Amino acid sequence: MPDRSALALSAAIKAKKLSAAEVVSAYIDRIEKTGKRHNAFLTVFRERALARAGEVQARIEAGEELSPLAGVPVALKDNISTAGMRTSCASKMLEDYVPVFSADAAERLERAGMIVVGKLNMDEFAMGGSSETGVFGPVRNPWDVSRVAGGSSGGSAAAVAACEIPLSLGSDTGGSIRQPCAFCGVTGIKPTYGAVSRYGLIAYASSLDQIGPIGRSVDDCAALLSVISGPDGRDSTCVIDKPFEFGKTRGERLDGLKIGLPRNYFDGGIEPDVKRAVLAAAQDMAAAGAAVEEFEMPLTEYVIPAYYIIACAEASSNLSRYDGLKYGYRSAGAKTLSEVYRLSRSEGFGMEVKRRIMLGAFVLSSGHYDAYYKKALHTRALIRAAYDGLFGRFDMILSPVAPTTAYPIGENRDDPMKMYRGDIYTVSVNLAGLPAVSLPCGFDGRGMPVGLQLIGKAFSEEALAGAARVYQRRTDWHTRKPGGEAG
Amino acid sequence: MTWETVIGLEVHAELSTKSKIFCGCSTEFGGEPNSRVCPVCAGLPGSLPKLNLAVVEYAVRLGLALNCGIAGRCEFDRKNYFYPDLPKAYQVSQLYAPICRGGSLDIETGGRVKAIGIREIHMEEDAGKLLHDADRTCMDFNRCGVPLLEIVTLPDFRSGAEVIAGLERLREILLYLGISDGKMQEGSLRVDVNLSLRRPGGPPGVRTEMKNLNSFKAVGRAIEYERRRQTEILDSGGAVWQETRRWDDDQGESSGLRSKEDAQDYRYFPEPDLLPIEIDDAWLARIRADLPELAHQKRERYRRDYALSPAEAAILTSHKSIPALFEAVAALSGEPVEAARLMTGEIMRLIHQTDTRPEDLALDAGKLSALVALVAEGKINRSAYKETVEAVFTRGVDPEAYIAEKGLAMLTDENAVAAAVNAAAAENPEAVRDYRAGKEKAFGFLMGRVMKQLGGAGNPEMVKKMLRKTLDK
Repeated sequence: MPDRSALALSAAIKAKKLSAAEVVSAYIDRIEKTGKRHNAFLTVFRERALARAGEVQARIEAGEELSPLAGVPVALKDNISTAGMRTSCASKMLEDYVPVFSADAAERLERAGMIVVGKLNMDEFAMGGSSETGVFGPVRNPWDVSRVAGGSSGGSAAAVAACEIPLSLGSDTGGSIRQPCAFCGVTGIKPTYGAVSRYGLIAYASSLDQIGPIGRSVDDCAALLSVISGPDGRDSTCVIDKPFEFGKTRGERLDGLKIGLPRNYFDGGIEPDVKRAVLAAAQDMAAAGAAVEEFEMPLTEYVIPAYYIIACAEASSNLSRYDGLKYGYRSAGAKTLSEVYRLSRSEGFGMEVKRRIMLGAFVLSSGHYDAYYKKALHTRALIRAAYDGLFGRFDMILSPVAPTTAYPIGENRDDPMKMYRGDIYTVSVNLAGLPAVSLPCGFDGRGMPVGLQLIGKAFSEEALAGAARVYQRRTDWHTRKPGGEAG
Repeated sequence: MTWETVIGLEVHAELSTKSKIFCGCSTEFGGEPNSRVCPVCAGLPGSLPKLNLAVVEYAVRLGLALNCGIAGRCEFDRKNYFYPDLPKAYQVSQLYAPICRGGSLDIETGGRVKAIGIREIHMEEDAGKLLHDADRTCMDFNRCGVPLLEIVTLPDFRSGAEVIAGLERLREILLYLGISDGKMQEGSLRVDVNLSLRRPGGPPGVRTEMKNLNSFKAVGRAIEYERRRQTEILDSGGAVWQETRRWDDDQGESSGLRSKEDAQDYRYFPEPDLLPIEIDDAWLARIRADLPELAHQKRERYRRDYALSPAEAAILTSHKSIPALFEAVAALSGEPVEAARLMTGEIMRLIHQTDTRPEDLALDAGKLSALVALVAEGKINRSAYKETVEAVFTRGVDPEAYIAEKGLAMLTDENAVAAAVNAAAAENPEAVRDYRAGKEKAFGFLMGRVMKQLGGAGNPEMVKKMLRKTLDK
């Protein structure tokens, strides 16, 4: 069963070859078997999921048109609110927090007849690139459990890679879907900012956050994206007018497609194996008929500072509500109001979260606002303009997702700057609000997956998925499974 | 040497929109604590604001009424600070790009008109309330997210009297625009006073900001107190501290809350959860076209078109629901002066006497105008008129039917009047004698007797004429 795509599972359920309950049970059994090893799942709702599978089955049998993913189990990153079910952001601060409402994306999954079976591990409040910063311990990479799964949606990527779930939702603020997908050898889409409602996504950086799908193929991801995308009256920044509709595959050719390859992304800090795999993919796309042309990506030295200034500024404000008064962690030792604030926040947040809150408060403080925050906003405008110019020349941009493959757990824990540099290829996409798809494209010498990303102009998800689909038809990287546990 | 008092205001007006600024919760005052709260106004994780466009429209209305420039594009900013009544730990407000800039408020003091500059008007959300009892403090978020307009004036006021006049004018504008109930006691109009002293024509002095002013009277007292306090400091060679002070109206004094050194850094930045607001020309034109006539404009028109006195015009506009009734009665009867007299006289008296709230008045303009026409045409006399007005006011009677039923129409039958005059003269020979001896007072007495005889329905002019004729015979 874990060999089948999500779309095939739903088709089999509709054809009465499988029942929704059988599928849910099989995945939950698998989570119970391998879950501890990867630490991808934080919560599994067996009873609830089975009850829900029965309901969905009845609706399918009653002839209700649900969606191409009806009956398929799905799991959510633990920063996506689920009413009545703990949503912890992998933080001590929200360790026991149970939302009273569900995220728009979660509601859409239910309406599409999908079955939410659990919540997934992550970096605390989605801050990190390795899924090591959460209070529930690191996610382990299914390809090598001594290595990180990437982050911050590490649980979402690792669970799919380990075949513990056919599809999951992650969130991407600076690469948090794409990079763990690359590290775990699975496929993911970071949608255009404003394509998926953020209502119920517990905010890290509001102007950058976007929920997106992770799966074993771009077809599965596209199907899930069409379920979760669409307008939502509760999120003013969700400006899309209707859900995406992904057409049928365009065959195995990319004739006429103009792909830009940023030459300078392949100099400097990139690992040779990553460079080799991504350039090989570029050649493959050229062989499929795409016109691949090199160019110089501008502003690369500014993207990381601009991203961290803006993201941390917004985070410092977004996370201020966790004050120990209303919900979440409250320090037992606090005796005065200021102690409730200071001790609850000092004890409830982990080091990386505190680092970003302090950085964000600093760049917004009077006397520093112009020098940092305002300048970062200006840089952001320049980055947007640069992408606008590039999309006059190219249909898509092909780039590595990260300069390295998955590194050993603990390696970057005490060197945040080294970790931040790993975001070099991903953060500009969020600053410009663009969509990108992350695809497996090979392995390094240690057998760890390498990923590429295709970046498109705003709301070009259908075209991106079309090109990615052609690539996945021509290659089998996305079908590989971690050794030993491959199912 | 004298000091000149320099005052600027920051006024917060709670808007009377049905729902809150970023969610669908009711804005109604009061209610069980936390009964008008949802995930959005409680700031729960993952919730997002959704702008209520009525708030923008209300802000534009006020901006136009105060001759402000309306921004074609404006944005919200977050003002960050920790306090238990602020569930998100930031207030969504406007700092960098407020909706209205510039503008002026005309005030009248001592018959002189003066323009007070408006620096800006911006939109923001209100915070909640803390409820303290003996051993604990509870949070009530009902007020969280109630829309506010903050109106910031230039330091153009020179006295407490000017400030009160400005606040009264502003309150009147808010009420006539229908955007706020302007109740200071319920906190829907809140005023902070910035006051400094300077030598006339000299450089500005150090200012203090006064908070917790819950009535116009408190504003006046606090200004006088602060003016004296600063004068004493400066006269004795001291220096005024820049600080925020809290007015205690019971004690009649203020005390320092926090100094400039403790000023918080609010780390303002653009609110990323809301898109910039675009106000296009068509929308602006529509709001402008729908602006109601304001009280001071009405007063001007009443004086100009109806030749009413300033006092009458002021009474007619003292409550928002009076002018519409007055204007309808004036138009229907074609007797604006008589209609004004009715509204400012009898109707006002009855409102006070019956303790009716002017907004609850349910008077039929048609009935009142019929009555006005009758008295203007001399078909009823004043006392019959007064009685009928009261019957219309309290029971909603039909005036013509009532007059007929009660026989209140003026008697114009000369024979009946002559009979009454003769009877009165015959019954009061002493008074007749007094009158003939030159005692004019006796004439009034006899007039009263005749009128009584006629059941109050005599035409006073006719009675007077015939009585004189009879007595002077």
